[in-house]
Amino acid sequence: METLRPLLAEHPFFEGLEPRHLDLIVGCAINVRFDAGTFIFREGEEANAFYIIRHGQVALEIFVPQRGPLTIQTIGQGEVLGWSWLFPPYHWHFDARAVTLTRAIALDGQCLRAKCEEDHDLGYQLVKRFAHIIMQRLQATRLQLLDVYGVRS
Amino acid sequence: MVPHPYRVRRRRRETHDTFTLELQPASREGMDDERLPLGQEDAERDIPIASPQPPSTVPAFLPGQFNMLYLFGVGEVPISISGDPADSTTLAHTIRAVGTVTAALRALRPGDMVGVRGPFGSHWPLSDAEGNDVVLIAGGIGLAPLRPAVYRILAERAKYGRVVLLYGTRTPADILYRRELARWRSHFDFDVLITVDHALGNWRGNVGVVTTLIARAPFDPLNTVAMMCGPEVMMRFAARELVRRGVPVDRIFISMERNMKCAIGFCGHCQFGPTFVCKDGPVLPYRGVKDLLTIREL
Ligand SMILES: Cc1cc2nc3c(=O)[nH]c(=O)nc-3n(C[C@H](O)[C@H](O)[C@H](O)COP(=O)(O)OP(=O)(O)OC[C@H]3O[C@@H](n4cnc5c(N)ncnc54)[C@H](O)[C@@H]3O)c2cc1C
Ligand code: FES
Repeated sequence: METLRPLLAEHPFFEGLEPRHLDLIVGCAINVRFDAGTFIFREGEEANAFYIIRHGQVALEIFVPQRGPLTIQTIGQGEVLGWSWLFPPYHWHFDARAVTLTRAIALDGQCLRAKCEEDHDLGYQLVKRFAHIIMQRLQATRLQLLDVYGVRS
Repeated sequence: MVPHPYRVRRRRRETHDTFTLELQPASREGMDDERLPLGQEDAERDIPIASPQPPSTVPAFLPGQFNMLYLFGVGEVPISISGDPADSTTLAHTIRAVGTVTAALRALRPGDMVGVRGPFGSHWPLSDAEGNDVVLIAGGIGLAPLRPAVYRILAERAKYGRVVLLYGTRTPADILYRRELARWRSHFDFDVLITVDHALGNWRGNVGVVTTLIARAPFDPLNTVAMMCGPEVMMRFAARELVRRGVPVDRIFISMERNMKCAIGFCGHCQFGPTFVCKDGPVLPYRGVKDLLTIREL
């Protein structure tokens, strides 16, 4: 576990976090690897982790009957995957599939939730960081919805 | 300035609504062609059509400049030059068919005539960017005016630091210049990141808006010159993201494709605040237009 500490400490997502909070987070982290084509999680499953992508590319997909999987967004190196572990009822809303071989650090959601309940300062720090990601994704989604490349009518 | 007669050498389909016309100066004998009756007045557009000497080679242009393409009896439209500035025999224009004139241009066949006025306008600051990293950001058809910049940079690669092209488009089927993008990508010293707004599960590339690529792209913000062309909304957001990453505002350049008519600073059709896109643009420093970009109508 100790070996993951420097990786997490260097990651922009955890920038500015107090060492004691980082220690708590490292205790919930493991290294994971997904071969190309495998699912990291699937819609409806229990959301019990989030991932910091170290290498590779992950597609967030939604399965549309008669059309197949549609990719909503891709998440690449250095980015954070998954926030459903943070909000009840803790279920994934999309499928996440490794497009290429993907290495990531998985952070156990149950473990983190328990620590956040015990230490609300840690909880605030994490929620603040996820709120920022959620805001960025919302802005990007709004731009996507604008269909800026469509022909003006 | 009167249009020069050109002939379509080739029409290449790029996507379902976009095509590239390769034009060559028409020969003397071509000037008798009935499809472009020279020496007439186009009363509606008020553009005098004389019988100019056709140039034997394509006039030199700088990456970022545009031509006015004229179809007799249909109209005239500004279209960026999308070809290689080192190629003096062929003029390339990549066009998206959106309305009357562009649809008529799509219907052209090899041998057909087109009138060309130009080149007009400002150009990408490629000389000023020497010694710096270069970030090219294109959205949709906006890749067309950046392609000559890519050709120039690749021809003079040693003059630049890291070079990265970020390209966003609607779906994988809307990607322009596929084969060339693959070729550029294969250079060790040229990064190409592509993203689409929507894709089916078999697409292995990025999905998301082009602004998301800025954070991932390898360049040194403080020593970067950014050049972008695409929908204005996209450029607004991309510029903000570049600034957030640390690129100085005065090193960001955008190409504005507001509609124009005379292309010589005469009619006021393209006026954008104190700026005339046809005369001062289309390539403009972002600092000068950033406040105007949010004005609803100009
Ligand atoms: C400097 C400059 C460079 C350009 N370069 C290119 C290029 O390389 N390739 C290319 O395909 N187009 C380019 N354009 C846009 C092109 O000039 C217009 O699409 C064209 O004038 C439309 O004419 P039309 O008669 O086909 O359509 P119209 O019948 O006049 O209009 C059809 C529809 O297109 C919309 N439209 C018209 N002009 C524009 C515009 N400038 N931007 C967005 N929507 C528009 C109209 O609002 C309308 O909805 C450029 C424009 C400028 C000013
Ligand atoms: S198009 Fe006439 S002033 Fe610019």
